[in-house]
Formats: sequence, structure tokens, C-alpha cells
Amino acid sequence: MSGLRLEGIRSRALGPLDLTLAAGELVFVSGPSGSGKSLLLRAVADLDPHEGEVWLGEEPRSRIAPATWRRRVGLLPAEAFWWAESVGEHLPSILSTHADRAAPEPVSRPSSLLRPALPRLPKPLRRPPGRVSNHPALPDPSTMTDWLDRLGFAPDVLGWSVTRLSTGERQRLALVRLLAQTPEALLLDEATANLDPSNSARVESVVETYRKAQGAAVLWVSHDPEQRRRIGGRSLIIRNERLEPEA
Amino acid sequence: MTLIHLSPFDLGLASILVLLLAGMSWRLRLGIERRVLVSAARSTVQLMLVGLVLKVLFAQTSLPLIGLMALVMLSVAGYEVMQRQKRRYRGVWGYGIGALSMFLSAFTVTLLALTVIIGVEPWYQPQYLIPLLGMMLGNTMSGIAIALDSLTRQAWDARGRIEARLLAGGTWDDAIEEVRRDALRSGLIPIINAMATAGLVSLPGMMTGQILAGSPPMEAAKYQLLIMFLIAAGTGLGSMAAVWIGSRRLFDERQRLRLDRLAAANQSR
Repeated sequence: MSGLRLEGIRSRALGPLDLTLAAGELVFVSGPSGSGKSLLLRAVADLDPHEGEVWLGEEPRSRIAPATWRRRVGLLPAEAFWWAESVGEHLPSILSTHADRAAPEPVSRPSSLLRPALPRLPKPLRRPPGRVSNHPALPDPSTMTDWLDRLGFAPDVLGWSVTRLSTGERQRLALVRLLAQTPEALLLDEATANLDPSNSARVESVVETYRKAQGAAVLWVSHDPEQRRRIGGRSLIIRNERLEPEA
Repeated sequence: MTLIHLSPFDLGLASILVLLLAGMSWRLRLGIERRVLVSAARSTVQLMLVGLVLKVLFAQTSLPLIGLMALVMLSVAGYEVMQRQKRRYRGVWGYGIGALSMFLSAFTVTLLALTVIIGVEPWYQPQYLIPLLGMMLGNTMSGIAIALDSLTRQAWDARGRIEARLLAGGTWDDAIEEVRRDALRSGLIPIINAMATAGLVSLPGMMTGQILAGSPPMEAAKYQLLIMFLIAAGTGLGSMAAVWIGSRRLFDERQRLRLDRLAAANQSR
């Protein structure tokens, strides 16, 4: 449980911005297109060069290894990219780091039933050991199945080829991929932009459940006023490179 | 068997063929007649000059002069690698990555060949050093140019996927791994193909030269084999160095993908 604090974030055409999110707090950000909403999230995730510092709880970002930071402060980009062939291959690497920590091995992982030859990524992940200590436990397979189910997928989706996915399916599965790394804070960039109302509701409910269960701070860029009203939380707007409360 | 000397008249005859080619290009509106003529003229001037320079070098066997010559060769090769990039690195890196990798690979392998394998006395005897180094540089140059070009192009195209891996908690190494492997492979394919077909389709240039100069064919074949092995090793080493430095340069100290370190696309490529 840790809050997220932005301090003097300044990127091209943005800021300097300060913002504090308590643990488990939800803040919406909106603004006209091109106002720098995505830039803000990318800056917090440390994807673009920028000035300023971000704190996760008591820890400053500059003291955390970049890979660890991006794992703990998870960004869901507006467009989800996939690098391997099947959906499941994007998840086992996460589950296998889990295995190092003597967690129960996912015995009947659905994808292994479908595709017995699916390689478990054997590569030992080269990451500093310090990361493990203050990272909460990774989800067990039943949690994963539950997320998939609530987003409208059967477990066999893990065996699907990524190229077969529609834009909406990619977006929903990207959320599962993100939650599977159990981030302590979430940065969502138009998480429901390509979804119909019923699927939007599914995504909203999964995010809300996760936020409450994990006490994760959520910074959510959304252009949909209905959505902001539906879920509640603080609403901010980017105007003239600054964050202002929405009128 | 002695070498039959070529007279200027003989070369003139051959050059008529090039003129003919330029004429056809003009007739068929290929639009490359100028480039044909200019490059033919360039090769004439360059080779004549090199012939003169080598004549002087061979007569002296002076290490500083040979070193100077090697430096000139390296800097031209570095420039050539840079020219062949669609998206080159900004700043000194555009030139430096290629030149440094070639220096590391071509010079080391040539030195190894001269001292350990051939055992030339003194090791810098220009008759051996210059042609060997030239062949090493020429070939590592193509390998490195292809590998670097492939690296930057693919990194540019795969930006979304690379950043997705970073966001999933991967290190820069994990994120660029696949692109790097592809780039390295494409840099090595030409020399692998050359080794596989050597002698079957055409006799390699050096072997042809030695045979024309009157060496026994078996000796020429052995020298060619030596050169091929050296080239393969040099190209491999050079491409690896270039791709490693290049891929590291694509990320900064916070492991962000920094495509802004590449210049805008070079349209002529």
C-alpha cells in the first residue's frame, strides 16, 4: 500500500506539475487532445526524458532500478503492443519469476493443456534481487483466471495467437498482462477507448476491484465524462500545461 | 610464367565498354549514365593513386607511413559505414560506432594474421599488411553497415513492442534482444554465403589475382582460404561490437528507448 507523489514533473509542453495520490486513491485526468495527458503518464512511468521526481510511498524513483520501477508503477498505454506469438507467452515470464520465490507452481495452467509444447521461458531474469523484498506477491493462477473471466475470456485465450486478437481484445488482455505484474500504482491511458459499453464496464469493474484489494493508487486518463461520473474519484483537467480541478 | 603487363591502350579498350554502358543507360533513359561515368573515373584516379602510394610505401617499409595509410583507410571506411545508414546516430556516434568497431575487429584480426599465422618479418611489411587490412576493412565495413542499419531501422519500427517490454518490467537488454539478434544475423549472412559458394560460382578476387600473377593454384587457394576465415571472424567481431554499442546507445541511463538519438531518415537510402 503506497501512494504516488509527482513532484515538479516537466516534460516538453507540460508542467511543472505536482500531484499527490494517496494509496488506493483514484484520480481522473482529462484534457483536449494534444494537451499532454499521455506524455504525463509516460513521464511518470519514466519512458521519456523529463525533469522531476516521482515517489512511490517513501521511495523516490531515482533510487529504484528503471525496470523495477516500471513493474511497480504499471502503465497501460492507449495502444497495446505484443511481442511474442501467443497471449500466454506474455505472462509465464511473470509467473516464472514468481516461481523463484517458492510460490506454488501453476500446475494446470490452461495454456499448457492446449499447447503442451509451449516453452516455459527458461531464461533466468536478470534483475536486482532488491526488487523482490518490497514487491507484493504475484497473483496465483486462479486470480488470473478470474480476471480473464470477468473481462469475458475463457482460460484458453492464453493459447491464442496475438495476431488473431481484435483491438478491443488486445486492450482488455493488456490489462490482464499489466495486473499480472501486480503493480502498486496504475497509470491507465484511455483504458476503455476501443470498447463497447458492456466491455467498458467490465474493465472498470476489474480496475476498481484491483484498486480496492491492493490499495493501488490509480491515475486514469479518460476523455469520457460519463465514466468519470460513474466511477467517482477526483477529476483533474490539463489546461495550459497545468493540472486543474475539473469545474 | 611471367605477368603480362597492361598498357594504357589495353585499359583504354576496356574503358570503351564502360562508355558503351553509359551510352546504353542514356539511350534507355535509366538516368544513371552520369553515375556510371563518375564512379568509373573515381575508381581510375583512386586506384592509380593507391598504386603510386603503395609503390612508395613498399620501397620504404616505414612504420609511421604505413600507420598513416592504415588510418586513412579506416577513416574512409568509417565514413562509408555512416553513409550507408538510413537512420544514423546523431553526433560523433554516427561515425564513431562504425569506425571503432572496425578498428577493433579488422586491426586485431590483421595483426593476429601477420604475427601468428603468416609470420611476416617485420610484421608491418606493407606488401602483406596493406592488402590484408584492405580486404578486412572492406568486408567488415559491409557487415557492420548492414548490421547497424538493420538495428536502427528495426528499433524504429518496433518502438511499441520494445516499450511494451520495458513496461512489463524488462531491462533494456530484454527489450532489444530480438532486434539485436536479427541485426547481427543480417550482418553475417553475406560472408556466410560467400564462404559457402566460394570457388563454385566464381573464383574470389584475391585468388584470381594471385593466379594471374603466376602463383600455383593450390597456393592461391590456401591464401584465399586464410583470408576467408579472417574475414568471417573479423566481420563477426566487428558486427557484434557495433550492434552492442549501437543498441546500448539506443537507451539512456534510465533505460528509456531514445529514438531521438537517431537522425531523420536519409532519403537517398
